[in-house]
Amino acid sequence: MHTRNASSDEAADAIASWPEDIFSVLQRFDVRQVPYVPDAGHSQLIERVLGEPSMRAVPLTTEEEGIALLAGAWAGGQRGVLLMQSSGVGNCVNMFSLTQIFRFPFLTLVTMRGEWGEFNPWQVPMGSATAGVLELAGIKVLRASHGSEVREVVEAGAGQAYNACTPTAVLLSQRLIGAKVFTK
Amino acid sequence: MSKANFLERRSVVSALLKGRKDAIVVGGLGASTYDIAAAGDHDLNFYLWGGMGGAVMIALGVALAQPALPVVVITGDGEMLMGMGSLATVGLQKPGNLTIIVLDNEVYGETGGQASHTGANTDLVGVAKACGIPDARSIATMAEIEAFAPSMQDVSAGPRFVSIKIDSANLERVLASRDGSFIVTRIRGALGFAPI
Repeated sequence: MHTRNASSDEAADAIASWPEDIFSVLQRFDVRQVPYVPDAGHSQLIERVLGEPSMRAVPLTTEEEGIALLAGAWAGGQRGVLLMQSSGVGNCVNMFSLTQIFRFPFLTLVTMRGEWGEFNPWQVPMGSATAGVLELAGIKVLRASHGSEVREVVEAGAGQAYNACTPTAVLLSQRLIGAKVFTK
Repeated sequence: MSKANFLERRSVVSALLKGRKDAIVVGGLGASTYDIAAAGDHDLNFYLWGGMGGAVMIALGVALAQPALPVVVITGDGEMLMGMGSLATVGLQKPGNLTIIVLDNEVYGETGGQASHTGANTDLVGVAKACGIPDARSIATMAEIEAFAPSMQDVSAGPRFVSIKIDSANLERVLASRDGSFIVTRIRGALGFAPI
């Protein structure tokens, strides 16, 4: 099992490469607005976005703000992507309506908690419900669990979101990002 | 309850939008959307019928995408209270072209007139200032509104926040389009973007 403070070469390689794969896919699809509520699993990608002049990183107070922001961005001619962790999906439920009402190209990348070696029981209820909540809201769910598949899964998600206006969530498994390690 | 010195909402919105030019105007769900429709349908009107709490964020998304155009969001006190965190998000992004107008009747008019927090304990102008929007003010007269309206065209001096106390009379609904796909496609078309 990978852990976020793992020092093995394998874990270090995995941490280094897949966020960069996501970043290059977002660049290729001309993503311009990147709202987020931070998650440790997204930290490397957020750093890349903050350093990229063509992208506007927009820190949020709650994840539902990001749905509304992206609807406005699309009306104004820009694509975006919402970065959040699985608990944030629960904060978005009513605002997900906008994805169907406006039929805009909605893409979110969700880092998973509450699965695969979770330490914190508070993460488990929402983590267990995340995929179901998204599907009930009419959002297609894809998942990547290994670093080597992240690029193609995010490419597929971005393709169907931006080309077919099919609202899509890509879940990034805790197995991929590593269970958070709590130490005293 | 209606307070005698509070302004009439349709006159307020008409005065604000009279010289709107190329402004994109977002209306929060409920009466604010009807007010904007009553002031005259427009290709750049972004009517909302749901997504309560999201009006300011939708306007921010448009404002960041179109920094050379004025973006005005007109919403109610209840809708603003539900999205109060978005004022912190706007205060961080500081979009120069965004104006936030709250039509504050101190009640939830669409649902029977239940009291909102703004009539008792919550000062939205103070909230906006504390969130990093220093140009935040309340406006109480039609003369002030007419004097303020042209400043919404300045796309470099925002964000601005204005609270306007309005009376709580329920006016006849002026029904805007409620087809979200049409509304967004029409705005995109007016801005020169083709359908997918």
